[in-house]
Amino acid sequence: MSSISLNTGLVIASILFFLGFLGVMIRRNILFMLISVEIMLNAAGLAFIFAGASHNAPDGQVMFIFILTMAAAEVAVGLALLIQVYQKFKTLDSDAASNMRG
Amino acid sequence: MTILFYIAAIIAIISTIMVITRTNVIHALLYMVVSLLATAVMFFLIGAPFIAALEIMIYAGAITVLFVFVVMMLNLGEEAVKQEKQWLSFSGWIFPAFLSLILLLEVIFIISSSGSVPISGKVIDPKLVGQSLFTTYLIGVELSAILLLAGIIGAYHLARRKKKVVHRFLELEGAEE
Repeated sequence: MSSISLNTGLVIASILFFLGFLGVMIRRNILFMLISVEIMLNAAGLAFIFAGASHNAPDGQVMFIFILTMAAAEVAVGLALLIQVYQKFKTLDSDAASNMRG
Repeated sequence: MTILFYIAAIIAIISTIMVITRTNVIHALLYMVVSLLATAVMFFLIGAPFIAALEIMIYAGAITVLFVFVVMMLNLGEEAVKQEKQWLSFSGWIFPAFLSLILLLEVIFIISSSGSVPISGKVIDPKLVGQSLFTTYLIGVELSAILLLAGIIGAYHLARRKKKVVHRFLELEGAEE
């Protein structure tokens, strides 16, 4: 029926992970960095799903659910921190918060 | 089936490239929704319909809406887009991007040089996933419950506005909160 192989899936997942990593590197806006972290987590989940599908086992899908939970908790805390940074420094520049003053 | 899969993969990669190069946050978020929907199509085609539904509901539905709410709260204007264009300078990121591109090509070479395992595309029942989740991975479910609780408390504590403690004669008009 379909001739998708595990290698193809892993290549797609690693390309998406690379794009997310590139987004973290080239952006200075904290909001865009958080979006790129979401892309990276999604790519990691994609690799798990492909590995699970190649073994016909449900374990990959279970791992994806855990990654989803982690991403939701991470983005909630990250956005709360972003709001605090914006209220304190009036900018979303990640360099603004580089000096750790209380 | 295979052609549909590759079309979805190409759409996911192109829209992810658009996400990381946009200057307007809302445009980037819309491209991210497209990318997540294409990923959901890939999940559906390799036999994980339950995960495809979760991807649409939680990633494209909940997490993206959370981002949109924060963008609404921040109330960014035209200046933010201009600032973003200024920050996206070519010379700063091209060399690290080139180096990590070499690493990506190495990873692709390593993956493609190993033996290939075909993916049958057989549908894995959500019932099996649930059974595995509540027997083998029960400790993981409990730990993620604790993680979500910590996330709620942390987000509430961090996003709370500090009350100003100012004497009432020194307080400016409209500064109460």
